Amino acid sequence: MGLLKRAKRMPGLLASFIHIDAAADAIRGLRAMGYRNLVVYSPSPNHELEEALNHRVSPVRLFTLIGGLTGCAAGFGMTIWMSYDWPVLVGGKPIASIPPYVVIAFELTILLGALSTVAAVGLFSVLMGKRGVAYDPRFSDDQIGIFVPAGSEDMGRVENLLRSAGAVEVRHEAA
Amino acid sequence: MAVATSAARVVPEGHPTGTQADVTRDVVATLGPASRGYVLLLLGAVSLFLIGILTFLVLIKDGLGHAGYNPPIFWSVYITTFVFWVGIGHAGTLISAILFLFRSPWRTAVYRSTEAMTVFAVMTAGLFPIIHIGRQWIFYWLLPYPNQRYLWPNFKSPLIWDVFAISTYLTVSTTFLVFGLLPDIAAVRDKVSGWRKTVYTLTAAGWRGTDNQWRHYSRAYLYLAALATPLVLSVHSVVSWDFASGIVPGWHGTIFAPYFVAGAIYSGIGMVLTLIIPLRRALRIEHMITEYHFDNLAKLTLLTGSILLYAYGMEYFIAWYSGSPFEQATFFRRAFGPMWWAGWTMITCNAFVSQLLWFRKIRTNITALFVISIFINIGMWFERYVIIVSSLSNDYLPWAWGQLNPTWADWGILAGSFGWFGMWFMLFAKGFPIVAIQEIKEMIPMPRLRGGHH
Repeated sequence: MGLLKRAKRMPGLLASFIHIDAAADAIRGLRAMGYRNLVVYSPSPNHELEEALNHRVSPVRLFTLIGGLTGCAAGFGMTIWMSYDWPVLVGGKPIASIPPYVVIAFELTILLGALSTVAAVGLFSVLMGKRGVAYDPRFSDDQIGIFVPAGSEDMGRVENLLRSAGAVEVRHEAA
Repeated sequence: MAVATSAARVVPEGHPTGTQADVTRDVVATLGPASRGYVLLLLGAVSLFLIGILTFLVLIKDGLGHAGYNPPIFWSVYITTFVFWVGIGHAGTLISAILFLFRSPWRTAVYRSTEAMTVFAVMTAGLFPIIHIGRQWIFYWLLPYPNQRYLWPNFKSPLIWDVFAISTYLTVSTTFLVFGLLPDIAAVRDKVSGWRKTVYTLTAAGWRGTDNQWRHYSRAYLYLAALATPLVLSVHSVVSWDFASGIVPGWHGTIFAPYFVAGAIYSGIGMVLTLIIPLRRALRIEHMITEYHFDNLAKLTLLTGSILLYAYGMEYFIAWYSGSPFEQATFFRRAFGPMWWAGWTMITCNAFVSQLLWFRKIRTNITALFVISIFINIGMWFERYVIIVSSLSNDYLPWAWGQLNPTWADWGILAGSFGWFGMWFMLFAKGFPIVAIQEIKEMIPMPRLRGGHH
């Protein structure tokens, strides 16, 4: 399993910010320079950072939908098939009586919808996330971090941009 | 109600004070070494739980006769306590999911503790149908699985709906709790050292708060809240249909689903108050859960308590208006029969005591709220007791009438359930952040280089 092995460290620059507007400026500047593969750390989700990064909407919603529909179909499918698999007349009702089965289908819609939503987050944020990117414990506390992977670009220019935007610290991360 | 834009989330009242670093520091401090009071309370909970275990062992050995299961009453204290604990759970989901969708900023400080309460309450409730069925070792017969006789469960039975509703509720609320915890565990991981760091590193599941993680997380949280909202309404509706689908007088009412959901939320907020009033003092987080939050919790209690007042009144009215002598006799007996004391306990504790909360002085008086919350807990347990036992003891056939006298086995399991619930809740409060670090930080604007507001 590659997951459990320590990933190879990615070379680049790791900048810390205290100020939200400074971090957003730095992201916009880097994106103007052509950087699309930044990693931005923040203690909580922040709409200013989101606007600066301009990501597409998360594909998690598709998983929620597919999970929910699967649950709904499974709920009706299971109850109706099981009713006809061993047909017993109960209270003069039809063998497969849809109204009570709505309850089962509803609960399974919610169950599979929720589980597939969480599975999608695990897939996109953990399993498919970038590995070996430098991190600092202050990013879960009160600072914003921006990691710029080393590219063909002159890293000195990137460092200048980060510092002039207002980074409180810029660290060089070797491979 | 103040709605919508994320900029408008900043409210003057109840707004967290201090910086983001203060939030992490104060919440991580709650995970420090346990005080003596905490250890004593935990030991108390474990002893109550052991009483439950011992009672249960006797039940397995001898059967449910010990619990006073005699005709005509085969649903009594265990089913009462089952409904009681499921109901407790509902306030947690209301606060964590429904108020999230409504963008109510005051939920932030209390939602983690209420969500934990939900999970542990439903975990407790789930034990009761199993205890109640008598041959506990074959409880899995309730599940649809291929068996030797090719039989499937009867999906037209509300008891099977209940199996699906409760197990979905337990799974989804546990998922919601754990999911919300991830960023907070990561924040704790980055603050502690030694073996605790190892534990939190493993439980944080690689959370680092990258833009990519937040992008998926925020969306997923929204969808989980949107799924949990109809779920919580459905669960107590299904529980109420356990009764309302039967033709027993006093049960067969169309009002049951909304009446039970309102009662569930009312009882749950009662339990929230009972839990967090001592907890916030023990963990020294009085500055995070303030009068403002209690005022809002009390308003929710008032709302749901008033719905109960209406529902109780309407039940009596419809019983009279129906013209059915059985329905009329059942409700007459609830107020003036041999169980009058239970009937009046329910009406007093739920419908009347909640009306005290019209006064702001009472809503913001923590001691008064704590006392009221105890009344709510007692009242809501008795509500289910009255509904279940009074209807079963006197139904259509006078020769089959009977009375129930709860036994030591009833009280032993009831005490054990409080111990089991309390034990998990207290262990959770010491092991994991009981106040949502990340969501409180979201309410504190980050410092700006150029000043001014965005």
